[in-house]
Amino acid sequence: MAANTTEYTAATKTGRIADFVDSRVGGSAMVKEFGRKIFPDHWSFMFGEVALYTFVLLLLSGTFLTFFFDPSMAHVTYNGSYVPLKGVGMSTAMASTLDISFDVRGGLFMRQVHHWSALLFVASVSVHMLRVFFTGAFRRPRELNWIVGGVLLILGLAAGFTGYSLPDDLLSGNGLRIIDGVMKALPIAGTYLSMFFFGGEFPGEHVIPRLYSLHIMIVPAMILLMVAIHLFMVVVHKHTQYPGPGRTNNNVVGFPVGPVYAAKAGGFFFIVFGIIALISGLFQINPVWNYGPYDPSPVSAGTQPDWYIGFVDGALRLMPGVLGNFSFEWVIPFPWGDNTLILNVLLPALVPAGALFAVMFAWPWIERWVTKDNREHHLLDRPRNAPFRTAVGVAGVVFYSVMWAAASSDLIATHFHVSLNDVTYWLRTLFFLGPVVAFFLTRRICLSLQRKDREIVLHGREAGIIEMSPEGGFSEKHEQVDVYRRYVLTNFNDRQYIPAEPDAAGHISRKEKRRAKISKFFFEDRVAPVTPSELEAAHAAHGHHEVEGDKKSESLES
Amino acid sequence: MGDHSHGSPEDSGTVAKADDVAQDRFPDPGLPPHRPRLADRDPRAAKRHERQVALLFTISIIGTLFFFVAYFVLGQLGDMSFAELRVQNAALGLGTAFAMLGIGIGIVHWAKTLMPDHELVEERHEIRPEADRKDAQEIIDTVLDESGIKRRPLIRNTLIGAIALAPIPAIFMFRDLDRTGNTASEMIDSLRHTMWDTGVRLTRDPSGTPIKAADVQIGSAFHVIPEGLNEAEQPLNEKAKAVVLLMRMDPKEMNVSPGREDWNVDGIVAYSKICTHVGCPIALYEQHTHHLLCPCHQSTFDLANECKVVFGPAGHALPQLPIEVDAEGYLVAKSDFHEPVGPSYWERG
Repeated sequence: MAANTTEYTAATKTGRIADFVDSRVGGSAMVKEFGRKIFPDHWSFMFGEVALYTFVLLLLSGTFLTFFFDPSMAHVTYNGSYVPLKGVGMSTAMASTLDISFDVRGGLFMRQVHHWSALLFVASVSVHMLRVFFTGAFRRPRELNWIVGGVLLILGLAAGFTGYSLPDDLLSGNGLRIIDGVMKALPIAGTYLSMFFFGGEFPGEHVIPRLYSLHIMIVPAMILLMVAIHLFMVVVHKHTQYPGPGRTNNNVVGFPVGPVYAAKAGGFFFIVFGIIALISGLFQINPVWNYGPYDPSPVSAGTQPDWYIGFVDGALRLMPGVLGNFSFEWVIPFPWGDNTLILNVLLPALVPAGALFAVMFAWPWIERWVTKDNREHHLLDRPRNAPFRTAVGVAGVVFYSVMWAAASSDLIATHFHVSLNDVTYWLRTLFFLGPVVAFFLTRRICLSLQRKDREIVLHGREAGIIEMSPEGGFSEKHEQVDVYRRYVLTNFNDRQYIPAEPDAAGHISRKEKRRAKISKFFFEDRVAPVTPSELEAAHAAHGHHEVEGDKKSESLES
Repeated sequence: MGDHSHGSPEDSGTVAKADDVAQDRFPDPGLPPHRPRLADRDPRAAKRHERQVALLFTISIIGTLFFFVAYFVLGQLGDMSFAELRVQNAALGLGTAFAMLGIGIGIVHWAKTLMPDHELVEERHEIRPEADRKDAQEIIDTVLDESGIKRRPLIRNTLIGAIALAPIPAIFMFRDLDRTGNTASEMIDSLRHTMWDTGVRLTRDPSGTPIKAADVQIGSAFHVIPEGLNEAEQPLNEKAKAVVLLMRMDPKEMNVSPGREDWNVDGIVAYSKICTHVGCPIALYEQHTHHLLCPCHQSTFDLANECKVVFGPAGHALPQLPIEVDAEGYLVAKSDFHEPVGPSYWERG
């Protein structure tokens, strides 16, 4: 430092403050790194932002709520402003929830902001993950960030569930009762786990404060940590971008953080906040005063869990408990006595959700193994250009949605005046058939869209102009697409079937044969991008209305 | 993943063929030419956008002011009807929404119309340069070497042992999460017993008034709790096990299995109200089919057949409470349930 001949002196007041901070903590390097960092722009990149912003809103509104909420299960007689419940016995948690709603100005608004933000948080994380999956953004080098995202989704469910139970109203108490039932179904340890969780028998008077510590401390802290890791990796990897002219695997095309991206992203936070505020002001959610305090005896028909728990609840509903004389509650005669394996609860509660998350977490490695593609990918796939992956994804979405719909089977039955049993039988069928049909249908749609892209490149787009030839025949004029559009339509990662290959010793392992089988199943049907020579041939042939191009693309499919 | 070492995409024949195909590809035409926006060419348009942005920010200010009106004028603490509260809630929401949307849309509009819309290009960097990897490996080797952990396996192994054992107490510390102080077998045993016992009167939920057998008509259903439940030490815990549905059927329509002949009083039967699936209260009784339906997961039980499961996810029938009539004509329990109520568990048998 002393060797420097002249020390920098700032000209303006702001400059002097900035220089003071910079010369003590070294902010210049940060500004250099991030001030003009490029972020690609696309509407589908905003789902992750929505997730981040709703999380910020959750922290803000949640902190406000903690100032008034008392997570105690001590019995009190309600004596607040809400007349219909005056004199009713309830837990302190429920009473303070009512106080927040009726005796803290803006308290109801904050409760609604918190609840709506939570619903939107899980929704935006889910949609963001679908975007990442369908565009192939999870591929190397982003596999670990995909895992972090999946963990964030699970943490989001945990935060939602622990928070949902806190008001100790009739609905959330029934939710806890179901959790108690599922816990007890776990073999060997289940009964004890339930007793530990509730501090004794259900419902006890310990569970709400315990859920509260989880909900306001460990779960949000872990979410915050995961968000930090997630964003750190986004910076390390730089953002992916959609393919297009001028966009390569080695560059990033977009807007600099300062000022454009910062303005758009920062402005978007206020837009998300504004929309949540609008919803919270106008649409009632979780009116606990209508449900009343928790009581193990009453329950109303047609109640629904928060949307993100629906798929597990639906799976519980779909599972038959007894088929004819066979009960899925299996009593095992051990030498020391009979034990019960409760498959009618265990299977639906653990298997579908477990399978979904297992395939989701493993998918980057499954895809890498099948395609033998271990390259870095910074250019995204248009979903149609990866028919196998898009088909797998849609199959997963259908699988999830069938269970989700099953969580509303009673409402479907009453709204459409059909038999509840029939709805259940149909959904049970769809549970198995739906994903299979969705897979093949989606793959066909993707291949057809790819064929259409070929058609557009080879024959141009329909101009809407009808021409009459000297002979009197009518035909529609086709206009060639420009080079930029053509590049978008032809420049994609063309995956092909890779047959089993021998290893160094010349041996083809059984695993490699299995890989080749999956590779064949995924990539046997494919549509190749148009090549310049094909385009030339198409122009030379001059047969705009012939289906020659189609024949050519068919012949390309191996 | 182990077999990625061979046949990597670069040297596998098939992908090399794909690379050959890549030779016959359309060249990258580069970024499309930038089209100037209206505001880039016309200063009047730029001025107009500037005014629009300022207007949006002004809307935000009005929204914030509106919030204060809603907070102070519309809402008087402790003196609000429910309808007034809803109005205040909506007004607070609208005020906040305008305050936030004004800022948000204003900034985005500013960015889209007045800030430069030239897309810039930045090169990506190698995530892990090979030189860095080499340096890092050297450092790690030095650290390992200087610590001597490889040369002194005694230290290493005892450390692994100590670290593996150290967290186990932390797990055991959770034993007292159960606040009852029960032993393991007492914990399991507690699930087998309810408040019902010989001579305990059936009373209405929640008032606790006893029920005469003569009050129970065919087709009617009573929500029942044991007498004295409201005075119990843990009323909710007891209620979660002891709630019962009381119904009367024509005895001719009932199939009664051997050993249960005297569990009903002229067709008056009592069954646990807690679903054997995951424990929701079974609230719906369909008279003409004699079916009981759980509203949570739609398990359906047939009252005419001792509440056996006829549909849905429950795995076993609802436990029946044996009842009789006492000297005063009130319904009382003959005994506790003969099996545990509620959801199944491993030790249920």
